Amino acid sequence: MHAPVVTTGRDLRLDLFRGLALWLIFLDHIPSNVVAWGTIRNYGFSDATEIFVFVSGYTAAFVYGKEMRERGFIIAGAHVLRRVWQIYVAHVFLFAIYLAEISYVATSFENPLYAEEMNILDFLKQPEVTIVQALLLKFKPANMDILPLYIVLLLLFPPILRLLQFRASLALGASVLLYVLTWHFNWNLPSYPEGHWFFNPFAWQLLFVFGAWCALGGAQRLGAVLQSRITLGVAVAYLLFAFVITLTWYLPGMGQYVPHWLEQLIYPIDKVNLDALRFAHFLALAVVTVRFIPREWPVLKSRWLWAPIVCGQHSLEIFCLGVFLSFAAHFAMVEISGAIWMQLLLSAVGILVMIAVAGLLSWYKRAEGRTGSRPKKTPDADLAGGEA
Amino acid sequence: MNRAIAVPVAALAAALSLIPGARASEGQPCDIPGYLLSGNNELKHVTEAVQKEKRLTIAVVGTGSSILAGPDGPRSAYPARLEAVLKAKLPSVAVKVVSLVRTRMTTEDLAKGMEKLVNDEKPDLVIWQTGTLDAIRRVDPDEFRAALEEGVETLHKGGADVILMNMQYSPRTDIMVPLGPYADNMRVVAQQHEIPLFDRLAIMRHWSDIGAFDLYAAGKDNVLAQRVHDCIGRGIASMIIDAAHLHPESKAAQ
Repeated sequence: MHAPVVTTGRDLRLDLFRGLALWLIFLDHIPSNVVAWGTIRNYGFSDATEIFVFVSGYTAAFVYGKEMRERGFIIAGAHVLRRVWQIYVAHVFLFAIYLAEISYVATSFENPLYAEEMNILDFLKQPEVTIVQALLLKFKPANMDILPLYIVLLLLFPPILRLLQFRASLALGASVLLYVLTWHFNWNLPSYPEGHWFFNPFAWQLLFVFGAWCALGGAQRLGAVLQSRITLGVAVAYLLFAFVITLTWYLPGMGQYVPHWLEQLIYPIDKVNLDALRFAHFLALAVVTVRFIPREWPVLKSRWLWAPIVCGQHSLEIFCLGVFLSFAAHFAMVEISGAIWMQLLLSAVGILVMIAVAGLLSWYKRAEGRTGSRPKKTPDADLAGGEA
Repeated sequence: MNRAIAVPVAALAAALSLIPGARASEGQPCDIPGYLLSGNNELKHVTEAVQKEKRLTIAVVGTGSSILAGPDGPRSAYPARLEAVLKAKLPSVAVKVVSLVRTRMTTEDLAKGMEKLVNDEKPDLVIWQTGTLDAIRRVDPDEFRAALEEGVETLHKGGADVILMNMQYSPRTDIMVPLGPYADNMRVVAQQHEIPLFDRLAIMRHWSDIGAFDLYAAGKDNVLAQRVHDCIGRGIASMIIDAAHLHPESKAAQ
């Protein structure tokens, strides 16, 4: 096999940014949270989802790519499928929590101001349909779109990985082609009760495959471009542009500064189908990041960044925990207080719990390694970055 | 080149200058900070109807959150409150607000009825409240936007001004109903068609944040619902007067 073995050892930057993305997703998932104003989605077109999908593609290629080279397509493919199953189970677990939350609301809430919002309880009137549709990944409640996207992306990953190893450019080209065709023909998977998937897998695969491509040598091929001052200048200019446009969303009075032709050009910025403006915004962020945070940056190994890195290393567990904690935080805001101090407190406590659990998971892993009770032959999808 | 720099700088300056204004207006319930109401989109048909014909017909098209239940419902919901406030502020104008609310309707359903509405009521202004059921049912954001645009264009062709009104801020259900993409699309459609957006979501959020209303309340509190609707009615009235460049006569006339 002549696939280039490029990445030796772990790139802690990936764990760091996935960990940070997990925190941001948690903060964004708590509704009405003032802390969420600090998250990147309010300052540009892309948000934590892009970081998360890219890093997951990168780490999936890194982990399973190594295994596929060493142990073959069948074994690596089987391990990918086992990971898919784990993510599916995690998704069903989150759905159970959602059902508990919505049932609680159904029995406790009767404010006449919100008669219309109570239509959300329609889903409880036909539990047999709702639950089956959820198991089929067609009914996806709010905040539960990311795991189904991963399930589809990973399910199709083994053959893509194979192609990436032998003909990397061809694989990336095929991914771009699928993205373009998806935009042209409006392909997407159906949802229940209507509509389509909120993260269209046929479009979002581009970011996942691009991440995988970078992991398998693409990043080095792009090296010269990434180091160029022109690239950096363009990236910074684009980030500033996105920031100013985003400001006009929150301050309607500023809308007058955006010329009409520009509005016609950029809107709508489509999250469902990973709008090119979002993708470009992610790329610009990535360019600036790799420029200023080198791979061997000593701080990455210091205790200052231990917390986000350890969260990023247990992504599936910490993602699920984050969704659970956002429900718990919402419950506390509703039942105790929704005041700003409470929002700050819940955000901080939630992140501390995420760090504590991630630390505990690392400890388990080390303890198991020491006793030798579980010899590691299979790739450690968590440590090198799971795919959730 | 100069212009390329001047635009963002001016934008930032505008953003910064607005923040103290927002703080200054806190305190009284119903108050809406300037940055949530101010826009540059005008209501030309309204201006014309009021100045030339001394009459103003407004139609409210919406769903469940534009009505209130109970015997007091019809006169305490925001369409009736809007009519009362406008009549007080513009005593010499014949103001009529028609409420055409239908529950359990998606934006697409409502858009289909716009042509008939324009023909039947001949409104100068249509206030279109929508988005909630679309978010609950998670309608395709693309289809949602297409339906909004279709509805707005039908109304414009029929000679009516439009104000879009987005969803309510509902802290108890907001973790279950993903409003974000729908609110974003309503803002984009408003910007592109140069129509005012009554950002009910941000405004009610503001009222909740400053403690004007306890929107977390779970019980059957009709008083709260009525007060909120009264404030919404006042808010839209200010928006109409502002966007149509009308001059309230209330103090002189009363």
